[in-house]
Amino acid sequence: MTDIVLAAQGLVKRFGGIVATDKVSLELRRGARHALIGPNGAGKTTLVNLLTGVLAPSAGRIALLGEDITGLAPHQRVARGLVRTFQINQLFDSMTPLQTLALAVSQRRGLGAKWWQPLGAARPVAERAGQLLEQFHLADVAQQPTRQLAYGKRRLLEIAIALACEPRVLLLDEPVAGVPPGEREELLQTVAALPGDVSVLLIEHDMDLVFSFADRMTVLVNGALLTEGTPDAIAGDARVQAVYLGHGGAHG
Amino acid sequence: MEYQSTLLRRARWRPWEFALWAAAFAVPLVFPSRALMVNEIAIVALFAMSLDLVLGYAGVVSLGHAAFFGFGAYTAALFAKHVMPDPAVGLAVAIVLSALLGALASLTILRGSDLTRLMVTLGTALLLLELANKLDWLTGGADGLQGVVMGPVLGRFEFDLYGQTAAWYSLAVMLLLFLLMRRLVHSPFGATLEAIRDNRLRAAAIGVPVVARLAVIYTVAAGIAGAAGALLAQTTGFASLDVLAFDRSADVLLMLVIGGVGWLYGGVAGAIVFKLLQDWLSSVTPQYWMFWIGLLLVLLVLVGRERLLRPWTWRRR
Repeated sequence: MTDIVLAAQGLVKRFGGIVATDKVSLELRRGARHALIGPNGAGKTTLVNLLTGVLAPSAGRIALLGEDITGLAPHQRVARGLVRTFQINQLFDSMTPLQTLALAVSQRRGLGAKWWQPLGAARPVAERAGQLLEQFHLADVAQQPTRQLAYGKRRLLEIAIALACEPRVLLLDEPVAGVPPGEREELLQTVAALPGDVSVLLIEHDMDLVFSFADRMTVLVNGALLTEGTPDAIAGDARVQAVYLGHGGAHG
Repeated sequence: MEYQSTLLRRARWRPWEFALWAAAFAVPLVFPSRALMVNEIAIVALFAMSLDLVLGYAGVVSLGHAAFFGFGAYTAALFAKHVMPDPAVGLAVAIVLSALLGALASLTILRGSDLTRLMVTLGTALLLLELANKLDWLTGGADGLQGVVMGPVLGRFEFDLYGQTAAWYSLAVMLLLFLLMRRLVHSPFGATLEAIRDNRLRAAAIGVPVVARLAVIYTVAAGIAGAAGALLAQTTGFASLDVLAFDRSADVLLMLVIGGVGWLYGGVAGAIVFKLLQDWLSSVTPQYWMFWIGLLLVLLVLVGRERLLRPWTWRRR
């Protein structure tokens, strides 16, 4: 088995006459910190939806840990370790963060169909949920209904849920989008502290975050792959500057 | 550990719950003349709780839950008439067959919007109603299924004229099924239902098999609704088309709205309030009692249950 954890080959997605994803190939190594960038409308979200199984590709295939997952439903991919976060928070508003995380951990550990014992009856589940609450600075709001949480906390919970699913590959869709400056630092710390053996694909507009985080970058333009390389190579690429970074100075 | 005990606290029994159940079982003994009322309330409360599993916990709307109630009622009545009069066996058969019908019907509620589900569930119930009407050689059609004679409960307790046995039988079945449901809603399985209700997209994204979960809970709810219907047929010795009627689906929805969705006692509270109000209003104003139920409903939804129950907060903004 190779070191490649996630491999997409020649992914195509057509919506009627529009080609939203145009023969995109992408490989993620174990422990990768890979950023996916591109201007608005470049097809980043479509690509994430293809990888996670929300959309079925018109052509191409996806392999996770050497196994073809192209035909699997989203929840089956999660069970194999492919987990995502959402650009717009997708939370369980009536549940507390503690319940939410206990649920995600239970589901990941194969206890999601268990109906005889209360949620959290398995001690390791409760302990893991507690760990995540501490790690993501959510311990003080652990018992408030999620709908009452401040935006920054909701954003943290969004990512904590993904980690509760014990990902091998984590797709982070604009994790700092909309977070006010005061709450940004907490979020950046947790992103930087993601476990080293988890491969991360970061979709982000914030160039500070991209260049401080990624060791490899892929640039999408008009649904197609423009180029891929190290951050330095991307920053120095004239084509990238032309279509995306504008006229210099974006590398902050 | 602190987090674990916090999680488990939610599932723990409260003292008032024991008191409530003890009181329910005591009423037929202390007020034998109220036994029939207790029986009726226990049956509709069980029916309301079964709808709450689907509506309150999993967020699936239904205007046709009477389909399963009525199916269970006819199954139990026919079983007693043609196969054997033992109530417990008849109840079990009604539960199993209603659950099977629920599993089949669950295929219709898995896709589409809330509006689609309202229409599909309404349509399913109407189909069954017309079927029961048409198959009069089997169901007695519009005259109802007559000549159902029930045997004694567990071979020992004969159904009496005052309805004491009926009330205790229904309460016991209700308690048993309530215990199962209470387990279920506090479990990881129950939490996955709430997750589906709150956010289907994210539920799938944490690995919850959304379609399978909905199919299972719809099946379970159908089985329990069937049990409630079976209790009605068994304790009244009669099944008629009104067990399948639209009013029944609408009434049970009203009870849940009155009592509150998403907690099992909401169904109980709603059933008690609804039945007592119905009883009282229909004796005060026999023709127009629905007017007052309607008024209550409008107030409940516009003002909110919390505020309605706390009059001292009305002046505050």
